[in-house]
Formats: sequence, structure tokens, C-alpha cells
Amino acid sequence: MDTEKLTYLKEKAREIRYLTMDEIGYLGVGHIGGCLSIADVLAVLYFDEMRIRPDEPNWEDRDRFVLSKGHAGPALYAALAAKGYFDKSELHTLNRPHTHLPSHCDMLLTTGVDMTAGALGQGLSCAVGMAKAGKAFHKDYNVFCIIGDGESQEGQIWEASSIAAQWKLDNLYVFLDYNKFQIDGGLDDINSLIDPVKRWESFGFETEEIDGNDIEAICGALQRMKAVRGKPKMIVLRTVKGKGVSYVEAAGAGNHNMTFTPEQTLAALKELE
Amino acid sequence: MEHREMRKVINEFLFDQMSKNDRIFLIDADLSIPHGTIDLRKAFPDRALDVGIAEQNMASVAAGIAAAGGTVFIESFAPFATRRACDQIAISIAHANRNVKIIGSDPGINAELNGGTHMAIEDIGVMRSIPNMMVFEAVDDVQLAKALPALTAYQGAVYIRMGRKLVMDVFDEDYEFNLFGTDLLREGSDVTLFGSGIMVKESLEAADILAGEGIDAEVIGIHTIKPINAEQIVASVMKTGAAVTAENHNILGGMGSAVAEAIVQNCPVPVEMIGFKNRCGQVGPMDFLKEDYGMTAQDIACAAMKAVSRKKK
Repeated sequence: MDTEKLTYLKEKAREIRYLTMDEIGYLGVGHIGGCLSIADVLAVLYFDEMRIRPDEPNWEDRDRFVLSKGHAGPALYAALAAKGYFDKSELHTLNRPHTHLPSHCDMLLTTGVDMTAGALGQGLSCAVGMAKAGKAFHKDYNVFCIIGDGESQEGQIWEASSIAAQWKLDNLYVFLDYNKFQIDGGLDDINSLIDPVKRWESFGFETEEIDGNDIEAICGALQRMKAVRGKPKMIVLRTVKGKGVSYVEAAGAGNHNMTFTPEQTLAALKELE
Repeated sequence: MEHREMRKVINEFLFDQMSKNDRIFLIDADLSIPHGTIDLRKAFPDRALDVGIAEQNMASVAAGIAAAGGTVFIESFAPFATRRACDQIAISIAHANRNVKIIGSDPGINAELNGGTHMAIEDIGVMRSIPNMMVFEAVDDVQLAKALPALTAYQGAVYIRMGRKLVMDVFDEDYEFNLFGTDLLREGSDVTLFGSGIMVKESLEAADILAGEGIDAEVIGIHTIKPINAEQIVASVMKTGAAVTAENHNILGGMGSAVAEAIVQNCPVPVEMIGFKNRCGQVGPMDFLKEDYGMTAQDIACAAMKAVSRKKK
């Protein structure tokens, strides 16, 4: 991939991380770990891959995005603000009374959010519905969806993936944020996915596992996936929960929902400048 | 006139609508043969779908299709269409305010030989307490046929409760349907019998029994349980001074509760409730179940006499 594009997307990922940290730090609490882990894939989707019009957010032919792990809403809001869906100053209203930016995604409140999600497991089914509707309407849009690894313990994820393959939804691209932590501890200590690539392959998905914090790897996997017809796609993103802020990364399982003092926020932002 | 099975009404309506409007979808969860909708799949392979035995997925997939511009009907037996998929309905459909119509069939004692596991007696209570959800229960084929266009035109989520193979004769072709109204089926001055679903017929029969006892009963059919028409309910009980509710559901949280809420907030009068008295479902033919749960016309008539006797002298 050309270096100019790579530099641009890396800068966008940095900006998403910075805005997310500022957004959550300003409030003093939030789901920082699972936000920072997906900043790179959000940068690729919103600044390279997706066919979207920020000035026409409900454009019928747009690509759709569903953040099934809805608690990472603040990262999506940062990407949407950076893309120009709304003013960046709105990010400081996160979770305040009457905000348009609630902790978990709400399509009725936030410009640019395509689906309400956050009750884990449901977003992927909604993405399947959107992809199936696209086929029925003879539209050529794609649907992108990010699920969590902890979220994959919900049975509905497997109901959704099963029917997506049955329906041959090759316009559906699912990313698994495989950061290996959940609220109660390490994923493998609680309820392991054992081998997510084998699982998703056996469910009928074109599957690839990559370094999920590597922009070039994400772009490359997407390009390879696009050539595949007749089946839905799964890209397993090996990520670091809290990626980009050493203090957050070091908290490990403790970074799912963290509190920040103004001093901690400033130090974190300095690291992301 | 000759009445038809409810499922025949649904199928005819969907076939007609799906032919005219390519935004209308139907999703089944492996019950399209019992509902008679399997032929729609041949006619509309892209829009008449079957997700297999996965009702939670069905609800969220429907919400996704609706988010992409579709109007989606989903159907299953009432317990699976509601209880099983409760969170998906509350979040993917209702919280996101998506245009999904949920058909729950064979509620309460209509489940008959499928028994207690398949007997939804909580569905109205559950669905009624979800914001953005309309709750509708059909009485017969005539009413359902007149209601479906209005329910489809309504932009939002609706729970449609109905017997699948049920053939009831309450309304004739002259019936005028009002989605947000109630049906005044018999005027009276001593007590109001509020009935829903299969209990409308029982309430009418109870009124005949009561007439023999010198009690003049008014009968009102409640098809739209949420939003309930409090005005018409209150106007009736202001006149009669007593009420009985009769429903094929637990008396906790159902139509009776909705009617009682309207009454108690506006003009408290004695209310007696007929329905499942917080007991689990069981297997059996309809007549046995009706008697065992105290849901016959005679039970309604007795309740009415009690309500009348409780009036303040």
C-alpha cells in the first residue's frame, strides 16, 4: 500500500484515539480499553473503505456499520466527529443529560450511527438483517460489523453467523476484536474461544486472523476478502485492549471501564499527540 | 357469513402486500408450515425468510432489515415470539423504534395439546411494559382482516396476538374497525364486561346469562390493549358502576390490568378479573382448559354478579 495513504490512515487512527481519550477523560470515566483497541479498524473503515456521505447520513446506498460491541460507542463517536458527521465539541457531552452521545450506540440519537446496539449479541443479527435487505433491494452496499470476543460468549452471535452463511451474505464483513480480556478477567480464564479462526471457518465464513492494530494488515485483509463471493467474511483482529496509552494497556482486564483524574487524562493525551 | 382461520387472513394479506410492496418482509423461525406461510417463500424468496429455530436472531435480523428500510413481519408461537426474544424485542426493535410487526400465535389456552411449555400467559404483560410497543389481540377473522392494513400503515413496532387455526364468529362484514378504539358489542347499564381475544365471545354469552338474572350487562371488546382507550373504558364504567375483565392470559399484567389501571386512575369502581389466576399452563383440549382456569361464560357471569354486589349502596 502506498506510504501516503498509510501515513494518512495512521494519523486518523491516532486522531480517533486522541479524541476518544479526551472524550472519556473529560467525563472522567468510560469503556476506554475496548475503544482504543478498535481505533485502527475504525480509521480504515471511515477514512478509506466505507462508501458514505457525512453530509447525507441516511443516504440509502451507503455502506452500513454496526458496532455490536456497543460499549465502544465513544470510539465510534470520535471517528464520526473526525469524519465530520458532527462537531468535535459535542464529544465533551458524552453521557451527560440530554446528550446525543450515550455510552452505548443509539441510532435515534447520534447522526451517523446506523444501528442501536450494546445489548451484546444483537448487533451482529441486525447487521445480518441489513445485509439481507441489501440483497433483496438489489443494492450493492456492504455492511461492516465489529463484535467483541467476550460478546462471542452470547449464543446469539452463533445464531446470527449461522444464518449469514446460509444466506451467503458476501456483503457482510465482521471483525472480531480479539483482545482477550473481558470484565471479569482474561477471556481464556473465563470462557475461551479456543480457536476463533477454526470456529468461524466451520460456521461458513471466509476467515483470516491478522494484527488488528496494524493498518496495513487490516487494509490487506479487506482487499483479499472482497474477492471472495458467496460467503460472509470474518477478520479476526488480534488487538491490544487499551492500545496507545501505556497506563491503560498496563491495566489489562482492569481497563474495561476506567476512571481518570484530570492529571491522568493529560498524561494519556500527551502520549497520543 | 362463513368465518375463516386467522392464519388464512394473515397469509392472504401478506401475499397481497408483498406483491404490491417490495419493502415488506416475513420471517419465520421454523414454523412456516404450521402458520401456512411456506408458500410465500416460493413467491418471494428474497423477502419471505426462515431463520430456523432461533427466535432471538429473528427479532434482531428483523430490526436490521427495518433499519435498512423494510417493514418486517415475524411470527412464531406466542411464547417464543415474545418471552424467548424479550431483550431482542426491547432493544433491537423497540428501543431502536423499528417497524417490526410481531405475530404471536396460539396464546394461552389456544396452545391446547402443546401444553404448558407452549402456553403464553405472560406475553401481553411483557410486551405491554416495553416502550414503543403497541399490543393488539384479534378476536376473529373479520376484525383481523380489517386491522392488518391499519397495523401495517402504523409506523412502529406492534405485537399481534391471535389464534392460528381459530375460527370465531363475532363480527360481520359491516364491522367498522378503529385501531385506537374499542368495540361496543352490547349496551347495558349494570356492569361492563371487557373481553379480549377468545374471551369476547364468552363475555357475550355471559351477558345473555346475566340478562336471565335481571342484570343488564354492557360488553366491550378490547383489541388494542396498548395504547388502551381509557376514555371509552371510563365512560362505560361511569355509567354501569362495575366491571369484569376476561382474558386468555394471566390476570397479572394483561388486558385486565390495563383496563383496571384506566379505571382506578379515573373513576374507581369494583373490578373482577377472569383469566389465568397466576397458575402455569397445562396440556388439554380447549373446553377442559377453559373450565379448569375458570374462563367460561358462567365464570364471567358469576364474577359480574360479584362486581355488582360490591357496588357502593
